[in-house]
Amino acid sequence: MDKFESFSGVAAPMPLVNIDTDMIIPKQFLKTIKRSGLGVNLFAEMRYLDDGSENPDFVLNKPAYRSAEIIVAGDNFGCGSSREHAPWAIKDFGIKCVISTSFADIFFNNCFKNGILPITLPQEQIDVLMKDAEKGSNARLDIDLENQTVTTSEGESFSFEVDPFRKHCLLEGLDDIGLTMEKAGAIDSFEAQASQARPWV
Amino acid sequence: MTGKTLYDKIWDAHLVHEAEDGSSLLYIDRHLVHEVTSPQAFEGLRMAGRPVRAPEKTIAVPDHNVPTTEGRDKVIENEDSRIQVEALDKNARDFGINYYPVSDVRQGIVHIVGPEQGWTLPGMTVVCGDSHTATHGAFGALAHGIGTSEVEHVLATQTLIQSKSKNMKVEITGQLAPGVTAKDITMAVIGRTGTAGGTGYVIEYCGEAIRSLSMEGRMTVCNMAIEGGARAGLIAPDQTTFDYVKGRPHAPKGAQWEAAMEWWKTLYSDDDAHWDKVITIPGEEIAPLVTWGTSPEDVLPITDIVPAPESFAGGKADAARRALDYMGLKAGQKLSEIQIDTVFIGSCTNGRIEDLRAAAAILKGKKIKDGMRAMVVPGSGLVRAQAEEEGLAEIFKEAGFEWRLAGCSMCLAMNPDQLAPGERCAATSNRNFEGRQGKGGRTHLMSPAMAAAAAITGHLTDVREIM
Repeated sequence: MDKFESFSGVAAPMPLVNIDTDMIIPKQFLKTIKRSGLGVNLFAEMRYLDDGSENPDFVLNKPAYRSAEIIVAGDNFGCGSSREHAPWAIKDFGIKCVISTSFADIFFNNCFKNGILPITLPQEQIDVLMKDAEKGSNARLDIDLENQTVTTSEGESFSFEVDPFRKHCLLEGLDDIGLTMEKAGAIDSFEAQASQARPWV
Repeated sequence: MTGKTLYDKIWDAHLVHEAEDGSSLLYIDRHLVHEVTSPQAFEGLRMAGRPVRAPEKTIAVPDHNVPTTEGRDKVIENEDSRIQVEALDKNARDFGINYYPVSDVRQGIVHIVGPEQGWTLPGMTVVCGDSHTATHGAFGALAHGIGTSEVEHVLATQTLIQSKSKNMKVEITGQLAPGVTAKDITMAVIGRTGTAGGTGYVIEYCGEAIRSLSMEGRMTVCNMAIEGGARAGLIAPDQTTFDYVKGRPHAPKGAQWEAAMEWWKTLYSDDDAHWDKVITIPGEEIAPLVTWGTSPEDVLPITDIVPAPESFAGGKADAARRALDYMGLKAGQKLSEIQIDTVFIGSCTNGRIEDLRAAAAILKGKKIKDGMRAMVVPGSGLVRAQAEEEGLAEIFKEAGFEWRLAGCSMCLAMNPDQLAPGERCAATSNRNFEGRQGKGGRTHLMSPAMAAAAAITGHLTDVREIM
């Protein structure tokens, strides 16, 4: 996984609450056996009209937001299914950071596995960021994971919390499986002890 | 010292390693796998040259993509679907994991097959690349959905990196009124808490109304814990649980059964356990419910009216406006006057034998409304066989329902069972998101008995009026 570096990017405003995984990546695109290439299908049912052409009213089709790298979203972003196709599509489109008041648990986990930073902030701060995002491509947000801050185009800065282990993995681009493999000894001894205690498992 | 919750006890029994930063490595007892969220994980193993660490604890079954019509064991016409199912066939074979192919009578929805075969047992940790893994919490197992990267992690290490959730108690007191079911309980809770109300929590459902439920009903309740945002839902095991588990193919036997029972009987929340949040709902106050919008929290009693978007605060008002537009509904309209085109009975929420019995009891000797499209998709081949043996299949067929083979089907419409744009469906599944059952399709969630009632009348119907 690539290391997550601080960046300055255009943020697309998506104030709708409860943006679910069926909206992020509709089920017809889950039939792939690959991880790549899903960006074109991101938000497909909102982004394209019935004839397959782009819906000009959808935020990511507007000239200012076509190369957005951040989404500022309404409450409970990513609710619904466990499909990792959702963060795969977001990442493939070029989005590296999603900011909301809250995220669904599985989607939140999946983001970190794919080098995407989900940032949770209180409603008042989301309101400020949403307004800034609505200004279009001249308003860029600064995302600094090392110092855990989001800064608006006007220089207003908000601090966010992030789990230290996940922060470390994002900054270093670490692979979870490799890290866990280093604890193989602990897994072996757990298995030995558990097979005594609960042999029926 | 404060006591422990059931969640605390299962967590502690599976803790392999705890780091100073609070991240923990949890051992996974059962890993369920289906064809949609696993191909990339197996590919990852191949590329890294890693085996599946515990193939004997890994169970795979194709369910999301499979057609529910006859002949599917010969050919799956949709090429992408066929490729995914074939990939699962190959991965199961190559990595030596337990497998129920489409041709096996035991095939079905992964969350129905696991409990049916006795793979799911009290006190276990159970994961699957599917959010409705919460279903298995009905056994007092810690069960939740994971993404594909985590599927690969579990395949490779039989563990998961986790941080601990908070404890929420949801108590349903007293008894349910006639016509009210487990589905109404779980929808009532989401209606109360909202779809993000459970975020950061593991919910334990308790109270007399929960205790009175069968295992099928308990699975329905836990299944939708995820719709309330919770990581998992749990119900402490009791005699109902033990009776269900006993004698199943992969349940312990003989001395091991006795040993297991000794531990299982300790699996309850202590009286002095700490709860971060408590919600109490009197069972008597729950009415038969339906959804009106495009989020599972958009729940109201069938006797109510479509709400006005202005009645909601914050961003929900805009979401409600969008939902009414998508659903083609007007504020003030009576819910019981909403005409429907289609009825879908099935899914991991309501595709078990008890669900089919409840729907058949309403349909017996009756016909569905002229022009109605109605289908029953049993949750597994074994549920289907049992329903045929009990005469339920005949009742459905005589009423005018299609009697299908097992799978996820129209719950998420990855197979040919889909709604057309604007088609309105009374569904026993779990999500009413935009496009969930087919692009432009309109979903109203409800219990199997309510769906059966709607099939007869052609509109959303209070099942109590025709019982």
